[in-house]
Amino acid sequence: MLKLNNINTCYDDVQALFDVSLDVREGDIVSIVGSNGAGKSTLLNTISGILRCSSGTIEFLGKRTESLPPHQIVEQGIIQVPEGRHIFPRMTVLENLELGAYTRKARGRKKENLDIVFELLPALKERKNQLAGTLSGGERQMLAVARGVMSIPKLLMFDEPSLGLAPKLVKQVFEIAKEINKKGITVLLVEQNIFHSLSISNKGYVLENGKIVLEGKGKELLNNKHVRKAYLGI
Amino acid sequence: MSRVIIQLIINGLLAGGIYALVSIGLCLIFGVVEVINFAHGEFLMLGMYTTYWLFYFFKIDPYLSLLIVIPLSFLIGVITQRVLIQPLLDAPPLNQIFVTMGLSILLQNVALILWKATYRTIKTTYSSWFIKSGGLSISFPRLLACIVASGITVALLIFLKKTYVGKAIRAIAQDKRGATLMGINVHRMYQLTFGLGTVCVGIAGAILMPIYYAFPTVGLLFCLTAFAVVIVGGYNSLTGAFIAGFVIGLIESFSGFFISPHLQQGVYFAIVILVLLFKPSGLLGLKES
Repeated sequence: MLKLNNINTCYDDVQALFDVSLDVREGDIVSIVGSNGAGKSTLLNTISGILRCSSGTIEFLGKRTESLPPHQIVEQGIIQVPEGRHIFPRMTVLENLELGAYTRKARGRKKENLDIVFELLPALKERKNQLAGTLSGGERQMLAVARGVMSIPKLLMFDEPSLGLAPKLVKQVFEIAKEINKKGITVLLVEQNIFHSLSISNKGYVLENGKIVLEGKGKELLNNKHVRKAYLGI
Repeated sequence: MSRVIIQLIINGLLAGGIYALVSIGLCLIFGVVEVINFAHGEFLMLGMYTTYWLFYFFKIDPYLSLLIVIPLSFLIGVITQRVLIQPLLDAPPLNQIFVTMGLSILLQNVALILWKATYRTIKTTYSSWFIKSGGLSISFPRLLACIVASGITVALLIFLKKTYVGKAIRAIAQDKRGATLMGINVHRMYQLTFGLGTVCVGIAGAILMPIYYAFPTVGLLFCLTAFAVVIVGGYNSLTGAFIAGFVIGLIESFSGFFISPHLQQGVYFAIVILVLLFKPSGLLGLKES
């Protein structure tokens, strides 16, 4: 579904990604794990078109997307739930969700999609008329996820969804990612929380210093010697 | 005495409507595109001259000339954004200031060459109508200008609040990255916003024509007032700018009577300095989070 071939991306003058290739199959949950500064967010922002790759190709459902502007990439059905939430603080929860369905295609199905989102995250329904800026950190994260689901994308990419959340909420976020996947949405997860994300993934990639150093089935990677030693401390 | 006070309030509010409309255009562009448009006043000047010449040559009423001024202003705004600002979006803010400042000086001087420094005004049939009652007098063209200006401002606020496009514009102002990731075409919205902001000030120019003079540097005066309004109202609040427009109008009217007509602007700029010192987010502005 999504294919990256030898992607090189520079961030300012520093090269952040080196020959990254990956393959996301339709219907899967795929994780890209790695420590802080490994290039995970750079990778998602390259897919979203916010950063331009200096070489390599990105293919989504057979169509090249590496030179499309961000709004056209969204129209293809790729949505990113960004790190740091990036919600609209002086708008209500409902308005935030409406903007999640901004693309023409999604706008027509706004009502149905809103029902799906509220079913998935019922807590937001109670808060729909509240200003998003008054939500707690966990609720903001839920809102960012919900806003991403609002357009029923083909591929939903999460950038560090568990960052800054209480342990109980961390678990919940991964549960929600699984639920979203069950609705037929392919999920690409970028995480530092390696244990949780690999446990729910069909496939995983380990990113170190901008290079993919390992790839494999989620559970296999969890048993990998290097992963266990470097990331899980066991 | 109380009659004088009421008259001062009326005068202040009438001026305030225009200030609100001029300022809301500036505030919108600043809030969304994050560019301080120093040529804003010159766009007002262009609106005034367009109205003037339409009246001079074709006897078109200033309010009817809005049909031409509005699309023209929109086009000027869009082109300014597309040609001058867009290439500089990632440049340091100082460069954007220089380019709008340069545009301002250019337009003033082009106006000076084309139309000379003469003060020009137009006499419509209603230019000297007054509504008189109970010792108060209200200038009809000023009242009309205030009503139209307020109406346009409120319409803009409703547009931003209620429509999908309006929400997208506000979303960019609140979180540009978030808006980009939702599929909003930010560059196109910038052009639209610049167009809308310029339409506001263009309309203000047209409806000022029956009550004020057009001359090449007329924009400077209004642009400064608009800066005062935006600072007092809070640079990230359009409703703030709307209300602050009237507040500045009232301050001007009262200080002109009680202190000195020459010190009107001195007084509200002193207030601007106080606001900047003690509540830099503006009296009605939102706190930065």
